[in-house]
Amino acid sequence: MLSVRGDSLKDSDHERQLYTVRAVALFFFAVVGVVVLLARLVQLQVWEYETYSVKSDENRIQLQPIPPQRGLIFDRNGVLLAENRPVFAVNVVAERVTNLDGLLAELGRVVTVSADDISAFYERLGRKLRPYEPVPLLLDVSEGDVARLSVNRHRLPGVEIGTRMVRHYPYGELFSHAVGSVRRITEEDLAVLDPASYSATAFVGKRGVEQFYERSLHGEVGRELVEIDARGRIRQVLRTHPPTAGSNVTLQLDSRLQIAAHAALGERRGAIVAIDPRSGGLLAMVSNPSYDPNLFISGIDTQQFRDLSTARDTPLFNRATHGQYAPGSTFKPIVALAALASRATSWGETIEDKGFFKLPGQERIYRDWSWRKNDSGGQGRVDLRRAIYRSSNVYFYDLSTRMEIETLTGFAASFGFGANLAVDIADARPGLLPTPVWKQGYKGETWFPGDTVNMSIGQGDLLVTPLQLATVASIIASRGVKVRPRMLLSSDKPLDEFDGEAQAEYIGGPSHYDWEALVDAMEDVVHRGNKGFQQSGTAFAYIGRDIGYRMAGKSGTAQVVEIRQGEEYSEEELTEYQRKHAWFIAFAPADAPRIALSVLVENGGGGSSVAAPVAKEVIDAYLLPRLAAR
Amino acid sequence: MSGRDFVRSLSDRSGLAVPERPSVALIDPLLMAAILAIIGYGLVVLYSAVEQDMATLRAQALRLSLALVAMLVAAVISPRLYLRWAPALYVLGLAMLVGVLLFGVTAKGAQRWLEIPGVIRFQPSELMKLAVPLMVAWYLHDRLLPPRLLHLCVALALTLVPAFLIVRQPDLGTGILIAGAGLAVIVLAGLPWRLIGFAVLALALAAPGFWYLLEDYQRSRIVTLFDPESDPLGAGWNIIQSKTAIGSGGVFGKGLLQGTQSQLDFLPESQTDFIIAVIGEELGLVGVLILLLLYLVVVARGLFMSTQAPSTFARLVAGALTLTFFVYAFVNIAMVCGLLPVVGVPLPLVSYGGTSAITLLAGFGIVMAMHAEQNWHRGH
Repeated sequence: MLSVRGDSLKDSDHERQLYTVRAVALFFFAVVGVVVLLARLVQLQVWEYETYSVKSDENRIQLQPIPPQRGLIFDRNGVLLAENRPVFAVNVVAERVTNLDGLLAELGRVVTVSADDISAFYERLGRKLRPYEPVPLLLDVSEGDVARLSVNRHRLPGVEIGTRMVRHYPYGELFSHAVGSVRRITEEDLAVLDPASYSATAFVGKRGVEQFYERSLHGEVGRELVEIDARGRIRQVLRTHPPTAGSNVTLQLDSRLQIAAHAALGERRGAIVAIDPRSGGLLAMVSNPSYDPNLFISGIDTQQFRDLSTARDTPLFNRATHGQYAPGSTFKPIVALAALASRATSWGETIEDKGFFKLPGQERIYRDWSWRKNDSGGQGRVDLRRAIYRSSNVYFYDLSTRMEIETLTGFAASFGFGANLAVDIADARPGLLPTPVWKQGYKGETWFPGDTVNMSIGQGDLLVTPLQLATVASIIASRGVKVRPRMLLSSDKPLDEFDGEAQAEYIGGPSHYDWEALVDAMEDVVHRGNKGFQQSGTAFAYIGRDIGYRMAGKSGTAQVVEIRQGEEYSEEELTEYQRKHAWFIAFAPADAPRIALSVLVENGGGGSSVAAPVAKEVIDAYLLPRLAAR
Repeated sequence: MSGRDFVRSLSDRSGLAVPERPSVALIDPLLMAAILAIIGYGLVVLYSAVEQDMATLRAQALRLSLALVAMLVAAVISPRLYLRWAPALYVLGLAMLVGVLLFGVTAKGAQRWLEIPGVIRFQPSELMKLAVPLMVAWYLHDRLLPPRLLHLCVALALTLVPAFLIVRQPDLGTGILIAGAGLAVIVLAGLPWRLIGFAVLALALAAPGFWYLLEDYQRSRIVTLFDPESDPLGAGWNIIQSKTAIGSGGVFGKGLLQGTQSQLDFLPESQTDFIIAVIGEELGLVGVLILLLLYLVVVARGLFMSTQAPSTFARLVAGALTLTFFVYAFVNIAMVCGLLPVVGVPLPLVSYGGTSAITLLAGFGIVMAMHAEQNWHRGH
């Protein structure tokens, strides 16, 4: 069949042939195309099968950590000191929201949403890992807000309420130093903590008991293997390994005594540590001023935190365990016992107290504390008992020259000076027990006889914490049984941190009579009164007239040698902060002590006049109900 | 009524003389069987992809029935009619494409639809999928083949003008497919291999230049092809998830309805453009291979039928339409496998959605009509 167009002939058979060749060729290309696709499929489905199989499982299977319930903390009477309470957060799933800004504005009409909340939200939104991940907008909203949000649910697509448990301290600032608190986990914490066991945890114990027993309180994280869809919704739970709640611990603390101690100190800066001398249990530990630990959980703003951390009164500072002060005359019983043990003196020996002391061949005068009030030239004949209840400096100046300094420091060390004896307060400061070796190494100076003289009345470089002095009171109360202070009373599970009861140790050296005579002398501090001029105990006038039990005590008044570094004061305040620290250590009942304590009032003035009444108020609160019940 | 009776009755009605002996069936049984197999297979996979939503499945079955009717209608029209009306159809399509750019309806960021409000809304580009090969074949059918340079240039212009208009909508995928349909006609018409070689080489050299003509979203798709992890939650998400779906299917698949990627919605567009990933995941390499073989059967049969057609016009149209069908399938699968950038091309006869199925099956109706042209010739 031929057709003609223009001047060229159209050859139909030739065209058919040409077409057939082309069709076959193009079919061949199609086959090549299929082979290419097959090669790609073989690559994906055969060679790389393992990779994609794992990827597909990673997509759908998620290991979700389940946070363990943090262990509760009780006082010795079963009063809750630290609990867990639910907190509601508002989360937004951005993928379910068409107009994010509009939604945030709408939310702002229902609950309070600040500009900071919104900027923090967008920051978190930028860091999310998968589509449909709920991103927190508000971290802590009230139950009222939750109710309002639920009512307006239809207007707020993509908004979810999340619930989590957080720590709560019902007593607020009362126990913040004793029990400590949890704080939000920081980058530095993550370097130390096991990332797996803390994968569902946002807070970690940062102070006190919460820190020391962190491992036991935290518990074991649980795990849930879930299948999720691309929207992050859980389709089914494949496997569950439930979390193990943290151990509940009961502390030696007595919340009633803690309240009483807090009240006794009032607005004054200072610390009180009370110990049961029979067990070493810490019955109360107060450091004033204090702070509300709940602030660090619900979120504290920068200004609040700055105020707390830079306040002149340092409320974040635990004076009971971290404040280091010269012990003043509360150190004298230690010097007395050291001298008795080393036979440097005896109860019968007397010296003539002229109101001042001079080292042989030196001009410097070491004065008695009563020097100014009394120009009669001292207390006259003074024995050890009187040197204690009248707190004669001259007696102890003289006594110290009759001992080797190493004898004194060695003996003091057995009472815990310069060391942390506490069983479960890891970060308690050791104070400072100066020795000739220390002075040579630290100051590069030799030990002078004057250093020994200063030390005999608890001055010089000697530093102690209220916890250490309460321990000293406790050891004297138990006549030399070296019981170590502790917070823990019991727990519902054995704790990793607690390595069993150690064998009781005793302070070697002083005889039974020495201990009893010392306690008698310390009873005189409180009870010896109406005996005439310069014959009453130093604290009698302040607490001895009206007391329903026998108390042994010792006052101390520590000179403030240095202002704490980093602080600046105006002229007026300089005087207040330069005043002496008032100390009182005591225990009662004197013959069978049930409570031993130390009281420190910073810049309070005289130990007997300021600190002793506080001590009596605390011991009254503890002892009177118990004695009445008997 | 059997196929043959149907043919006869059609011939009766056409007023032409009844052939002396039963010649070529109007509905080619082998092509029809392969198409029905693909459709059936596709419905099974769709059942899984839509998570057993019977309403969606019924809607798709209805659309496919409609498409089969369109195929029958296209098959009974005389090839002469196609020849006569090809230029008119082409001009109409071209006018509508210009209309789309001027007054088109915008959806999903692209202007692809023409709308007579309340009456009809359609994509002129679908019409051009048929009109372009018909027009190019019309232009070349009575010219000396292989075509001379002038004719070649005209044919190229006929192809590239509508393709360019569609790319401007922007709809790169359809534009490329329509250009492919026109080029298929030109290649089948005997364009010298030498020229084809030069053209491929020139395109390869000019490729970097095209970069500057692309829209931002198109560029990001190309970047994504080579490095999906550069934006795993955005542009890369689709391709990462589809490769994961296919790869994790292995040789035999996870089983129908058992694909975690598709059933848990990690795989986007699992009912439409990415449905091959559902097959790969749930039915494995074997499942994809079966579909590829069915496609190959369709292509082989379509091309064979085109070689049997008695006129140049019929051959060119039938061959080009068949090849276009293959290009559809190839581009879609290559895109989902991460071999080509993501362009919006559905998997022929399997993806959910009616428009493309209607055009494709109407195309096969034309192929059958062209093949059956000999029925009319024998009458003379």
